This record gives sequence, structure tokens and C-alpha cells, in this order.
Amino acid sequence: MNIVVCIKQVPNTNEVKIDPKTGTLIREGVPSIINPDDKAGLEAALRLKDSQGAHVTVLTMGPPQAETALREALAMGADEAVLVTDRAFGGADTWATAHTIAAAVEKLPYDLIITGRQAIDGDAAQVGPQIAENLNIPNISYAEEIKVEGEYVTVKRQFEDRYHILKAKMPCLITALSELNTPRYMTPGGIVDAYQKEIKKITRADLDVADGDIGLKGSPTRVVKTFTKSPKAAGTLVSNLNSQEAADYILEKLKEKFII
Amino acid sequence: MDFKLSAQQEMARTLFRDFAEKEVKPLAQEIDEEERFPTETLEKFRKYKFMGIPYSKEWGGAGCDTLTYEICLEELSKVCATTATMLSAHTSLGTWPILKYGTPEQKEKYVRKLCTGEYLGAFALTEPNAGTDSSAQQTKAVLDGDHYVLNGNKIFITNSGYADTYVIFAMTNKSLGNHGISAFIVEKNFPGFSVGKEEKKMGIRGSSTCELIFENCIVPKENLLGQEGKGFSIAMATLDNGRIGIAAQALGIAEGALDETIKYVKQRKQFGRPLAKFQNTQFEIADMVTKTKAAQLLMYRAAIAEDEKPRYSEEAAMAKLYCASTAMDVTTRCLQLHGGYGYTREYPIERMMRDAKITEIYEGTSEVQKMVISKYAFK
Amino acid sequence: MNIQDYKGIYVFIQQVDGKVAGVSHELLGKARELAQKMETKVTAVLLGYQVSGLCGDLASYGADKIVLVDNKDLEIYSTRPYAYAVCKVIEHFKPAVLLYGATAIGRDLAPRVAAKIRTGLTADCTKLDVADDGTKNLLMTRPAFGGNIMATIICPDYRPQMATVRPGVMQKIKPVEDASAPVDNFAVEIPESMKDVQILGVVKKESHKIDIQDAKILVSGGRGMGCAENFKMLEDCANALGGTVSSSRACVDAGWVEKDIQVGQTGKTVRPDLYLACGISGAIQHLAGMEESNLIIAINKDETAPIFDVADWGVVGDVTKIIPLFTEGVKKAIAERNK
Repeated sequence: MNIVVCIKQVPNTNEVKIDPKTGTLIREGVPSIINPDDKAGLEAALRLKDSQGAHVTVLTMGPPQAETALREALAMGADEAVLVTDRAFGGADTWATAHTIAAAVEKLPYDLIITGRQAIDGDAAQVGPQIAENLNIPNISYAEEIKVEGEYVTVKRQFEDRYHILKAKMPCLITALSELNTPRYMTPGGIVDAYQKEIKKITRADLDVADGDIGLKGSPTRVVKTFTKSPKAAGTLVSNLNSQEAADYILEKLKEKFII
Repeated sequence: MDFKLSAQQEMARTLFRDFAEKEVKPLAQEIDEEERFPTETLEKFRKYKFMGIPYSKEWGGAGCDTLTYEICLEELSKVCATTATMLSAHTSLGTWPILKYGTPEQKEKYVRKLCTGEYLGAFALTEPNAGTDSSAQQTKAVLDGDHYVLNGNKIFITNSGYADTYVIFAMTNKSLGNHGISAFIVEKNFPGFSVGKEEKKMGIRGSSTCELIFENCIVPKENLLGQEGKGFSIAMATLDNGRIGIAAQALGIAEGALDETIKYVKQRKQFGRPLAKFQNTQFEIADMVTKTKAAQLLMYRAAIAEDEKPRYSEEAAMAKLYCASTAMDVTTRCLQLHGGYGYTREYPIERMMRDAKITEIYEGTSEVQKMVISKYAFK
Repeated sequence: MNIQDYKGIYVFIQQVDGKVAGVSHELLGKARELAQKMETKVTAVLLGYQVSGLCGDLASYGADKIVLVDNKDLEIYSTRPYAYAVCKVIEHFKPAVLLYGATAIGRDLAPRVAAKIRTGLTADCTKLDVADDGTKNLLMTRPAFGGNIMATIICPDYRPQMATVRPGVMQKIKPVEDASAPVDNFAVEIPESMKDVQILGVVKKESHKIDIQDAKILVSGGRGMGCAENFKMLEDCANALGGTVSSSRACVDAGWVEKDIQVGQTGKTVRPDLYLACGISGAIQHLAGMEESNLIIAINKDETAPIFDVADWGVVGDVTKIIPLFTEGVKKAIAERNK
């Protein structure tokens, strides 16, 4: 069985800070990681490799430094890595990204495609289903559990208050949640292997896509403004009250506001 | 001269740091308080193939360079020196000599299992009357037909009681002095071999440190490691290699102490402001950070030398000497910056200070390191 | 595609088991506001099987018109049949804007539709507005980088402009009694090729709690609560106040509470009348989920905790000591009031 896992290299948004003077993101020194939902997807694929001998190819669309994310995936146990990279792909929104990635995935053998639900930088949660639409295959989102039997996948698909048990024939695409599993660590030997493997590169010239469908030009949405939220005006802070005084203070405020 | 780590080494560091933070740190206080050997961490080391990091894939190792292995010990030591001790004694002392001096049969029988973690290794040189004066070996090994009979005891042996194999040293020919010492591979089940009392220690309290007792212990002839009489030089070469690991451990302890302290002094307020705003704190931190960085460079240099040169005793000795004294100095000063809270077990700094001390003693005391360094200085 | 041909604010109505999701009402409310600025009307798009009875409710909450696609194949949500039907609606009715709730359904359906139609989709919008530069483009504002920045996005050259919005972000209008709106029964036949995922079973998760997004009062616990057991005092407090307990991510990760009560960037967005933050430091990802609360009161032993920057009133102290005393005070005050 061939599994293609799509991953994204993202800045660790838990460590991103805002420059108080310019109001912009400080990106230097922020470590890059494999997006957590994608890592869960990769772990799911590696478990299928362990149990059924699946061949796992990991793919990412990004600038040259995204290679590090691919190396990490290889060090965790993926068999092959593909970097989809070209200046022409830059500035893409989710539609153009999905279109480009789908065109790249077409060049690989696949039975199952696994992506993460959303990336912690864009938080859009769109690329997975859009890749499936481009490839004209079914997609199952929010996978909580994945089982493979012959040509079929059975997935526990999460909703807010319930889950569906869905069965689909491969090829199909599944989006994974970080709650799906706990991803394994790399191994030191895996890192050595990862750096000995050749990462396949796919550029604009390799893809059967129209210029108007990729990169900035291919993006139906456009960012017109970015800004940092103005912090809400600080309220009143009291300290040096003992516990009873503090309890009374809060009660008084609630009475003032007619909550009680 | 390139001061950068390769992308591979950086990735390895990320792995070790992640693992240390998530798997090792949460246990650190508990295993120290309970003086408990961290068997669950050993299991994870096996699972994630950390047991043969610097050894070739041919033997089931990871095939990494020495520096990558030392970085592993450094990262582990930042959060738990006990755990690093367990791994370094196994890798540097328990496995290395068999790989370097073993016959093909011995390597086939033991090295693979040690590198994959199926076996835990240990090394036993020290005796009640043979510490720094390691040549004063009293444990005797007498050849009797197809086996040796060993009598004597060893003390302060790391990983004892949990190890599967021990590289031990015994006197086969007293009249030859140093050249009468031989090395053996002893399996835990050999008749006449037993593990004695466990030491209660000041620091690295989760590390298993016991006495080994040989009472007419039968060791097959095939388990002689290297040639008869070559034991002393095997021991010295093994310790050279191991002491870079101790340097890495000491370095990690110092770095861990600084990380905790910098966090603390930013939060703790006295006289209306954080301690970090006082010049004394700033100067102390500046001093310690610089020392620690210098120690790191010495350790890295020794690790690189091990892979590039046949002899690296001088670099290894300097690294251990300086990293150990840095660890002791930095943890002491860091505890002082914590004030009263640092003296309580609620904060990890007192454990780090207790752990630091051993690095000035084991695998060659700081005095021994100075002997080695001055020997090279006067050449 | 001629942009001018596309008119109207359409809202995808999420219904499960014959019940309309709260977020759909909220979106109808917002749609009314946008429709006014765009000088157009609000249309609800309802998919399901034997759900025509829900139309009156949709009119009450602001729909001027309803497009109803009633089909056995749409009884239970499934990605491709729903996406196919929505695309047919779009092709026929040509809406300028189509809004969806950012739910486990919306966030699966909307991207599939966007890819199929070839248009732009902006997810998790916290603000929707109309551009005043003559284009009347929809301005879609959303958080990015884990909530650290906000971005305003437009979809100038493609239609419909689509957006998903999280529950609890927009406000419903006060339902108009006995409202009615014309219903357009739009028939769509779902091709076999779209029915390629089998639903083997539907399993409901047991939950007797009020959903935190519906609660008016939230007593929320963070790492400062110390342990799972201390959440009991928060429950007592919530019961006394007539509210419910929620939590920061730290407590979910620590296994003290279930994820369904998590507030924050990767949890739920809440806008209660009162948000009582207990032992919560106020990391930016958490604030993203609750800072629009009407009234925020925070208790934390660290006076530098960022939660105090958004709290209307902040108390520095030991939350585990204050809360029980506070709960007693509340019970006494309510007993007094009821005398």
C-alpha cells in the first residue's frame, strides 16, 4: 500500500511574539516544526507501515528550508520525501496550494493520502479537502481512528457531539487531528539515514498546471491588511486582600453588574 | 575552524532535547527522592534506539559521530544527571572496550545486543584499595584449564544489578605490575558472581551503584578481552573515551542549572523588582554563562578530536577538568541566586548541585586530569 | 464569471437530527447586517431530508428566503453529496456571499465546495464587514499565527465570497415571532459517484452538560487550580451562580478535564456574560477564545499574569482559597434575595 503524507513546516506559534514597537511578528529565533496535526497524520501512516508494510512518502510544498521538516519525517521512519518548491508557487492561498499539491501528488503512486486538519500558522483547515476535490477522490476529515482492510479504509470521523463510522474505498484522503495519536520520536540512527537519502524535488516545470492557477496569481483570496489586536483596556487590579476580602470584593462587583 | 553544528547534529539535538523534556524531566525529582533506577527510561532508550548512538549500524548502533552522542548526554544531563550516567556508563564504558578490543566472536556475541539495548552494559575497575591508584588491583584471575577463576570485589560500579554484561579487570600476574592486569567480559549469570550492597550517595541517587563480589567466579577463557596483561591499557583507553561523556554530563548540569536560574531570577521579586534587575545577579549570570560556553567548546573539541585523531587524551582531560569544575561552581552560585527556595527540594537546583560533585571524581578525579594535562604540557 | 451576476447573502444552515445549529442563527443575524450594507437580501440554504418544518424558525432568525434541498441522500451529513448539492445551489442562484459555521461540518464542506467551484474561502472569521471603496467586497477578518495577529482578507475576482465563522462569534437577532419567508424547493439529484463513502454508524457522545458556548456564566479553571480535584470547587461555584465550568488548554493536556470544555484557539470560543478566570495565566491562545466575554473577572496569584490585561476586575490571590469563600457568599446573597 502506498501512503502519501502531506506535511507543512510551520513556526512554533506558541513561541511567536509580537514586536511591541512595530506590531509585527518576530519570526527570527522561532523554531520551525512539523505542524502538529500533520505529525499525527505521519504517525498514523507509520503505524500502517509497521502493521501492514505500507510505503510512506512524505511531501511538502514550501521554500528550500522546508527540507528540514522532510528530514525529520524521514528520521521518524518515512521511506521517501518530496519537496514541491518553486518561486512560482509563492504567495499561494489555500486554493492555489491545494491545486499545486494535488498536481504533485498525481505524479506519485498513492492509495491513501493523509493530511493534517489545520496548520497552526494559517489555521484554515482547507487544504486537505481541497486536494481531494482536485484529485476527484473522497475525503474524510477529522479522523480519530484509521483502519485499513484490503482496498477499504474505515475511519472514526469526529463531530462535536458524536462520531460517524465511515468506510471508503481507496484512493481517498484523510485529514488527521493531533488528538489521533502521540507521534513517535525520531531515532538517532533514523537521522543519519534521513540525511543520506535524496529528497526528490518537484518544480513548476514538472507540473501540468496553468500559471493562472498557482501562486499569488492563482489565489482567489488576498490579504489586504494585517494587524495586531489592540489589547483590551486594562481593568482594575487589586492585591493585598486576604481570601475573605477577595471573595467579598468579587461578590460586590457581580452585584454591581446585576449578575447576582 | 567551523563553530557550527551540522544540520544533522542540530536535528539530533532537537530530538534529544525534546525527549529529555518530555520523557526524562518529569521523572527526575522522583527518581532522586526515591533513589530509584529509571527502568522506564531505559525501556524508552531501547525503543528509540539510543543505546548505541556512536557505534556503526553494522553492530546495531545508530552510526552517529561522537559529538552527536555527547550532545545526547549533554541534553539529558540538563534535566537529569542520573539518567545520563546510566546511558554513558553503558555506552562509553560497557560497550566501547568490547567493540575496540574484542575478538569477532566476542563482538558478535555481545556488541550487537549492547547496541540494540537488549543488554545493558557496565564497567568495573575500582576496588576498595584501588581508586585513583587503579593499578593496585587485588581481584585475582587464575587460569584453570578452559576457564579463569576470579576472586575479589569491586565497588562503586554504575548500572550494577541491572547490567547484563560487565567489563571487569583483574590481576592475572602480580609480578608484572600494571602489565599483569587483564580484562574480562563477565555475564551476570556466571557462577560465583554476585552484586553486593548498594551505596547511598550524595547525588545521582537514582543511579545504581553497588559492590560486585567474585567468589570463585568461573569466567570462560573466551571471555578474556584483549590479551593477558593488556587490561590496564584497555582500562585507560576506555576511560579516556568515557571522560568526554562525563564532561558532557557536567556541562549539561551547568546548563540546566543556568536555565532554571535565569527563569527564576526573572520571576522572583524583592525590593520591588525582579532579581534579574540587580547588577549582582546580572554579573553572576554573565560570568557563569561565559564559563559554561567555554566549557562547551572544550567538550565539543574533545568529541571531535576523538573521531579525528588516534590520541585525544589531552583534549578529553581538559574537557572533563573544566566542565566538572564549571558544573560545581555554576550550580553552587545558581543555588545562591535562588536564596532560601534554592535550598528546598521544591526547586531542582539543590539536586543539580548534589549531582555536580561526582563529575569531579569519577572516571578519573580532577587531580588525575591535571596529571594528564601537565604531562602533555611538559613534553 | 461576471461578478455583477452574483447577488445576495446566503447562509448554509447546519442541521443535525432536525435541529438547526446555533451558529446558523448567529450567521443569519450577521447576514442581515451585511445584506443591509450590500443592499440585498438574506437567503438560508437548508439541506436535509424531511426538514421543511425548520423553515419558519429560519425566517424568525432573519432569512428573507429559503432554498430548501430536501433529499433522502442528504439525511445525514456526508461530504460529497452535500458539496455537490451546495455547488448546484451556487450555480443556479449565484450568491455574492455564502457563509458557513466553522464546525466539524462546515470546515469540511466549505473547502470542498470552494475547490469545486473555484472560489475563495476564508476560515474562522471573527469579523465580517463590507468594503466602502465602491466594490462592496466582503471584508473577512481572521486570526492567524495561533491568534498572534489578525488578517483582513478579500476575494475580489471570484464568487461567491465564502467564509466560515466560529460559533459564538456573531450574534443572533431577537427571533421575530410568526415570521415567514418564501421557500424555494430546489431539487438536486445526487449522482452515484458522489456517494462513495458509506456511513456504517453514528455514535453520540454522552454529554449531559450545558455546552460552554451556550452558557451565560463560565467559571473557568487553569493550571493555577493545581490539580484535577480542585475543579470540584469550580463546579460548586458554577452551580451556585447558575453557570457551567470551562477550562484552559493546560488542564485538558494534563488530563484533569475533558476537551469539550476547553476555551481557546484550539478549543471553543465563548462570549458569556461573565467569565470568571480562576488560576488562568492568560496565554494569548486562551484569550483568543474568551476575550469578547462581556465581563471578565480573574483570580491569579501572579500579578504579572496577562489575564489581568483583559480582565475588567482582577484579584491577586490564591484562587483555591478565594473560590470556596466566594461560593459561600454567592449562596448567601441568593438566599437573601429570594427571601
